[in-house]
Amino acid sequence: MKKLLVLGAGTAGTMAVNRLRPLLDADEWSVTIVDPSGTHHYQPGYLFVPFGINRAEDLVKPTKRFIPEGVELISGDVDRVDADANIVSLADGTELSYDYLIIATGTTPRPDQTPGMDESGWRSSVHEFYTFEGSQALADKLADWEGGRLVVHVTEMPIKCPVAPLEFAFLADAYFEEAGIRDKVELTYVTPLDGAFTKPVASKHLGDMLDSRNIALEADFMIESVDAEHGRIVSYDEREIPFDLLVTVPLNMGADYVERSGLGDELNYVPVDPATMLSRAHDNIFAVGDANDIPTSKAGSVAHFEMELFGANFLNHIAGRPMREHFDGHANCFVETGHGKAMLIDFNYDTQPLPGKYPLPGIGPFSLLRESEINHWGKLMFRWMYWHVLLPGKDLPLPALMSMAGKDTEDL
Amino acid sequence: MPVATIAGQEIHINDEGYLTEYDEWNEDVGQELAQNIGIDMTDDHWAVIRFLREDYKEKGETATTRRVDKVGGFPTKQQFQLFPKKPGKKMSYIAGLPKPHGCV
Repeated sequence: MKKLLVLGAGTAGTMAVNRLRPLLDADEWSVTIVDPSGTHHYQPGYLFVPFGINRAEDLVKPTKRFIPEGVELISGDVDRVDADANIVSLADGTELSYDYLIIATGTTPRPDQTPGMDESGWRSSVHEFYTFEGSQALADKLADWEGGRLVVHVTEMPIKCPVAPLEFAFLADAYFEEAGIRDKVELTYVTPLDGAFTKPVASKHLGDMLDSRNIALEADFMIESVDAEHGRIVSYDEREIPFDLLVTVPLNMGADYVERSGLGDELNYVPVDPATMLSRAHDNIFAVGDANDIPTSKAGSVAHFEMELFGANFLNHIAGRPMREHFDGHANCFVETGHGKAMLIDFNYDTQPLPGKYPLPGIGPFSLLRESEINHWGKLMFRWMYWHVLLPGKDLPLPALMSMAGKDTEDL
Repeated sequence: MPVATIAGQEIHINDEGYLTEYDEWNEDVGQELAQNIGIDMTDDHWAVIRFLREDYKEKGETATTRRVDKVGGFPTKQQFQLFPKKPGKKMSYIAGLPKPHGCV
């Protein structure tokens, strides 16, 4: 009996077992998935919780509901991977051997990595919205906040869902306007990038949207520390930005066991071939979703498009044949812009987000890099799609690889 | 692709002035690139640049400031002192490497 072991039952790990189990002969292959938590969270929903749009309890379901028959779910924390012996040790001492290993333990916000961030001001004047607890704590904070200097801050790239902090700023602008206190709130967006976003055309569109909402942009800000006592963040080049309320996106890192096992880069991401997700160091280890180092967004859409190609590649690889499907880094993300509207962006390793229509050229119904109400409904509908189509490993009626059709290239 | 004469050599560069060919760089070229952006090279500067060159040769991409800190052993604060304001861009420019990619 051959053993496939998957570490992490988040978005990518769950899709991996749902896609691979039916492809692997049940008499020849056992499939096991390890996860420390008994629950699966719809993480894109966290963004809305601080504004009272989603209730936190609507975003959580039992993990086992999404694990198919024929897959063993083990509850546990990974302590170490011994990649030479093909053994994974769990924190409770259990040892699991494998023939093939898929690392899908994602990325996690790490406020402990920035001096002062998770100390005296944590969850009082310093908040985040990338965890279940954090988004609820911020909802409580905003509910009776009377205004002041709100700083929305990104520590360092890459982060999970790189548009989310911009969305937070847009939604905050709309939220305070609707509450009648927008004139009492000074909003600043602080980023280590040299503009609102990473790629030039989208950066210009999104930068204009910050302008038109009277949100100040502080770029090239590499944070050195948070000084919660005096309400300011300080950069390495000694700039200081004062705040009454800081909403930060902490440094994101892969799991610590990846580092302990010698499998990670400086942020604990597993270096892989960006076309196939095969580890560069071990021929029987893959890393999928946010856990790898591919140069595209850390996002559920990427994990999904990656996974549409993964099954065929995995079958070829275990049979000793070349992997023929080459992932292109395809990502698409809805960007909430407030007041019931959203944008959509669609891009890959080589092509930056451009304006246009998606998925049908000229028709849509979704608009790329432009705000529309339909985009907003698409974003809300996506939660249903996530639970019922994506996690069970079904294909979306969208091509896995990015298409240039419907994209407007005149801004290039 | 533009060609520039740097330290007496024909060098391929991109629109932003970054070298595009790893092997066209040498320390004379690095010296002149540093002068272009107002940096006087010291032994400390060269130590960082040599790390970047070696790391690129191994990894095929330019080290980020975090990697220069964690793997190279040059604290971020020191990188800001040596290459003020935008160390990531300045270090890669002088080292003749692509800008570290801003991940989407």
